[in-house]
Amino acid sequence: MEINWFTVVAQVINFIILVWLLKRFLYKPILKAIEDRENKIVAQLEDAEAKKVEAKAEREEFQQKNTSFDEQKKELLANATSDAADHRQELFDNARTEAAQLSKKLATAAEEQRHSEQKTHRQKIQQEVYGIARKALFDLATVSLEEQLTQSFIKRLNALTKAEVKQLKTAFTGSSRPLVVRSAVALSEAQRQALKQSLDELLAIETSLSFEVVPALIGGMELSTQDYKIAWNISAYLRGFEKVVPALNGQQPTNQELKEYHV
Amino acid sequence: MKLSPDETIFWEYGFFTINLTLVTTWGIMLLLIISAVIITRQLRTDVQISGWQSFLEILVTGINKQIEEVGLKQPAHYIGFIGTLFLFIATANLLIILPWYEPPTGSLSTTAALSICVLFAVPFFGIQKNGFVAYLKTYVEPAAFMLPFNIIGKVSRTLALTIRLFGNIMSGGLIIAILLTIAPLLFPVIMTGLGLLTGMVQAYIFSILATVYIAAAVRESERREMPITQPK
Repeated sequence: MEINWFTVVAQVINFIILVWLLKRFLYKPILKAIEDRENKIVAQLEDAEAKKVEAKAEREEFQQKNTSFDEQKKELLANATSDAADHRQELFDNARTEAAQLSKKLATAAEEQRHSEQKTHRQKIQQEVYGIARKALFDLATVSLEEQLTQSFIKRLNALTKAEVKQLKTAFTGSSRPLVVRSAVALSEAQRQALKQSLDELLAIETSLSFEVVPALIGGMELSTQDYKIAWNISAYLRGFEKVVPALNGQQPTNQELKEYHV
Repeated sequence: MKLSPDETIFWEYGFFTINLTLVTTWGIMLLLIISAVIITRQLRTDVQISGWQSFLEILVTGINKQIEEVGLKQPAHYIGFIGTLFLFIATANLLIILPWYEPPTGSLSTTAALSICVLFAVPFFGIQKNGFVAYLKTYVEPAAFMLPFNIIGKVSRTLALTIRLFGNIMSGGLIIAILLTIAPLLFPVIMTGLGLLTGMVQAYIFSILATVYIAAAVRESERREMPITQPK
């Protein structure tokens, strides 16, 4: 058990060499690797922290946007509801107006149709009555009837009011033409004379007459100047008849109308 | 009976001797360096690392932590010396599980060499840290008459380091050798197990004491630089 000094020196040298080599191949690389990793982890942590902050900011922004979006949505919904209500009201109003107009039109159309039907009925009845009357009067048309007709016309002339007479006189004197007398059948000379005489007396002037035969004036007579006409035929009676036929108007005749007819 | 591997001589020429201690030391050096080179060749800085890298990292950071706990602020600066002390002694002691192996730490020459290294490393680090004068002043602290005692202290602790490691390892080997002759089967195994433990403990003690000495040298200078504040 003694110290070999050569061994001691050699071991010191060995140890120094070992220190140098291990420093070079072990401690430095290992410590560097650890440091690098730590730096990397620190960098990653910092990065993560930064991302966290960023994410927080983004989340806040998103929440803010979400809130404002909700508000906008509510506002828009409210506006839309209000608009829809307005629009509905407008549509209702339009529909009501249109309905009223349509109903009015319908009423007008119905009225028009009623008038047109009435007119058609009246014309038909008139034609029928005319046909019947025409046939009856044709059958009865004798000289005596013509005389009667002439007498009736003369009576009617005499029954004219003073104003009417004056009007007739003015119309006759204002015109150069003679008075035209139209009748369904040709009048006899005696009848023509009687008519002229009664007119002369009525108007108190010398009248000139021209006579025309118009078969359409069944059972009637007409006296006309250029702008004045006196007629007597059965049309007036027919019109009165029309008034008292309820089916034609769809309404009851008034008492006044019945009275007029019967008279 | 050979008490030291120094006594197994392979080649001798005057002062120069190649004995078992040197050969084993070279073997351990090769083993350490080759392992280090192989493992550190594929170092990764990712989070996932190999098991061997992980082992070395634990080892290096463990040593670093120990150095720091003793009081040295920059462990990376001292790990080359202290870490190598620990690794060399630990490896040399752990390899006793191999048959016919004789640890170089069982040689007084080796432990003396390591102690001498510590003896010189302490002033080396102290001067490096605080300068030559400041270091020398630690020898006359707290008073000039303490100089011889300080010197004796430095020398005696170096001797203590030398003898402690040598004594423990040599005695372990010796006990095993003796036990082999009387109870060859079971006891040597137990004693080898104990030897492993003792070896690790001695490696730890040796390197930690070296650290303490260096820290004392470095800190003593540091302490004097700090302003003294009287407690009120």
